[in-house]
Amino acid sequence: MRTSSLAGGGLLIGFNFVTACKPKAEAPIDLASLNYNDFNAFIKIADNGAVTIFSPNPEIGQGIKTSMPMIIAEELDVSWDMVHVEQGVLDTENYTRQVAGGSQSIRHGWDALRQTGATARQMLVNAAAAKWGVDAAECTTSEGVITNASGETFTYGDVVNEAAAMEVPEDVALKSVKDYKIIGTDRSNVDIDEIITGKPLFGLDYKAEGMLYASVMRPPAFGQKLVSVDDAGARAITGVTDVVQFGNKVAVLASDTWTAMKAKEQLRPVWEAESAAESTAEHDKILIGLLDGNEFNTLRTDGDVKKAFAQCDQILERTYESPFLPHNCLEPMNFYANVSAEKIHLVGPIQTPEWTANRIAELLERDVADIRLEMTRQGGGFGRRLYGDFALEAAEISNLVQKPVQVVFSREDDMADGIYRPALKYRIKAGVKGGKVIAYHLKEAAINSNMYGLIPNFFPAGAIENYQVDVAKYDSNITTGAWRAPYTNFLAFAEQGFFDELAELMEVDRVQLRLDMLQNVKGTEDERIQYSPERMEKVIQAAVEKSGWGSQPEGTYQGFVNYYCHNSHVAEVADVVIEDGIPVVKKVTCVVDCGIVINPLGAKNQAEGGVIDGIGHSMYGDFSFENGKPTATNFDKYRLIRMREAPQVEVHFMENEHSPTGLGEPTLPPAGGAVANALKAATGNRLYNQPFSKYPEKLKAPDKEILG
Amino acid sequence: MPTYELKVNGETRTLEVSADMPLMWALRDHLDLVGTKYGCGIAQCGSCTVHIDGAAVRSCVLTVDQAQGKEITTIEGLSEDGSHPVQVAWKEIDVPQCGYCQAGQIMTATAFLNDNPNPSEEEIKSAMHGNICRCASYNRILRAVSLAAENMS
Repeated sequence: MRTSSLAGGGLLIGFNFVTACKPKAEAPIDLASLNYNDFNAFIKIADNGAVTIFSPNPEIGQGIKTSMPMIIAEELDVSWDMVHVEQGVLDTENYTRQVAGGSQSIRHGWDALRQTGATARQMLVNAAAAKWGVDAAECTTSEGVITNASGETFTYGDVVNEAAAMEVPEDVALKSVKDYKIIGTDRSNVDIDEIITGKPLFGLDYKAEGMLYASVMRPPAFGQKLVSVDDAGARAITGVTDVVQFGNKVAVLASDTWTAMKAKEQLRPVWEAESAAESTAEHDKILIGLLDGNEFNTLRTDGDVKKAFAQCDQILERTYESPFLPHNCLEPMNFYANVSAEKIHLVGPIQTPEWTANRIAELLERDVADIRLEMTRQGGGFGRRLYGDFALEAAEISNLVQKPVQVVFSREDDMADGIYRPALKYRIKAGVKGGKVIAYHLKEAAINSNMYGLIPNFFPAGAIENYQVDVAKYDSNITTGAWRAPYTNFLAFAEQGFFDELAELMEVDRVQLRLDMLQNVKGTEDERIQYSPERMEKVIQAAVEKSGWGSQPEGTYQGFVNYYCHNSHVAEVADVVIEDGIPVVKKVTCVVDCGIVINPLGAKNQAEGGVIDGIGHSMYGDFSFENGKPTATNFDKYRLIRMREAPQVEVHFMENEHSPTGLGEPTLPPAGGAVANALKAATGNRLYNQPFSKYPEKLKAPDKEILG
Repeated sequence: MPTYELKVNGETRTLEVSADMPLMWALRDHLDLVGTKYGCGIAQCGSCTVHIDGAAVRSCVLTVDQAQGKEITTIEGLSEDGSHPVQVAWKEIDVPQCGYCQAGQIMTATAFLNDNPNPSEEEIKSAMHGNICRCASYNRILRAVSLAAENMS
């Protein structure tokens, strides 16, 4: 903790939050303009008790700019009405893991944020106690007021200067869940007022004096190298200030975005092939070839699947195929950089500010201490903004021209220069003996990289005696990376569709099949098993109850999925009805166990969004390559789910006191599978590939109504 | 470069830009009105929706030249302080996740409700179908438009 006071008196209004008469209708204070005292990097407390809390992590729409400060405010023991939230800048001295990725912000921050709030509170109490000459142990706090045994009070604002100079206490008491006044209550998005009135919030909205807009020409297909470029036509456009080549790219700089984009069209480049121009048709053959072959890397093996299969009465083997997927954050990639000899000022939407700042320092051969990086609110992240390539471009261009530059991707640039969800295929084989699943073999064939190490230990690992996960990959020049719930975003559909079919083959209840398998995991001593069979059981039972599973009226068909990922347990049931001969997803019931829910209002939004996002891409996300070029680069050819297609989503959170776990991603993977299983019930057709809409012959009501 | 006079949010604004500049870019880069967003540039996503003489229009495909002489309303001009019933409903339902599409959603909803103050759920869905929300806050958008309709009647 450190202390400093703000230079230049701010505007101090004679309004004391704590003693104000509520009946009086006062104009709201502009909290941002009060003269604050720095307390520590997270918290500023004004003399009048108003509190600014700095939210450390990037806000991509997942709601942590609201929920992380809620945790601090709870332990600090102030009323949420007294709190103003600001985005923290990149500050590796005072914050850790300023990353938005893997649904870990709340999970990782849970202890640190509570400690921060509680420690600050204790210091305020200690300062008040010292001022009174009493023992700190006799003092209590409530919403910004400290009271001693005699009933005397100080507000936080009264003692904040003394508190900041006190020794930082080592062990502080944290609240118990039953005493929470903020955590677990519904709170509005802290930026709601700015969002609904169109205030500048996003990277693309950022402006600086003298800033130029850069439209960048990148290779038109993967595998191409720039030989030369004739830029005369571009330079001739009024408003163009610079044209610079850097690496394989050319940036056109102009006084506004439109001019830069228009001028870019006038560039006349010459490209040559540096590596093969790849196509989806060929990828499909290669990936199937890998699945059919014997060259795998084994990520987990229990027992002996080969031996076990030989003993089975029934075997089921299926193959599941997925396309690449672009992220399509609605705010296209962009970043601002102002590189000068003295400093490097960076502003924009980035999910990995520390890593990106380090890479920029390395790229420009500068000291990372020269960098000030401000994170703007992001119009979606979904994993695309982890990579920071756009920030490096801005920094490199600004460095070349020594002017402030904002790189703006068009939608076409964004879709063509992606870091895509890789196309991949799964082959799943299971064997049944004496009515029990005794063998399970999962194979993955992926473009560029395989599932990360935690996934082979997710359910059904530990539930089946003979279990193996094998992976293979093909190295492509098409750039791929993390896309919301990497690997699980497709694997869940494959695996859960497989279980649905397996249950039919075994002639058992599909929910009971999961419950039976989970029994095998109880009491396991395998440390690699991080999911909880008990918590999964409860989630399944809740989903059955809330969705009315098995008791739907005729004409409503349901599909069931349970899944564990990002440390959270989820079960979903999709309801499908036939309308005009076509199956339509009307509703999804989603039950989540993510431990303590910080902000239920925001959390439900995330859960709903994850479900619809999962359904949308499973149904419509169709993206492939021909000769190194994507087959779609805008929304006229690439379909995202829209209002009329979105089912109603009903979210239920399990109530318990487990530490919070991820929510940004976990409800997405199960959604496609729930829908596919419901579609099977409705049409009799099973879907093995995504997107589903590519198979209209499967998405039709059967000629005869399906009974039972 | 030609000079244009545009009537935006009740004020006359002057700017010097090329005739083919889409209104969206003029608003964002020249008039400091960044509430109107760029999402696709081909009228597919609705982020750029403004009102032209009260009608919802995609400003990414309307040029500055074409916008002359019209009453242009952007999200910034919908109310002084976020008090338009649609904005109030948006706040009450806590609609946004990332927030990027929301100005366009609000502008489409307001124009729609002006024309159809008592819509059915199906009519709302049809009216809003042109606006993409990548975060898929669709359930909340629907509730907010319904709530606004209720409050406005």
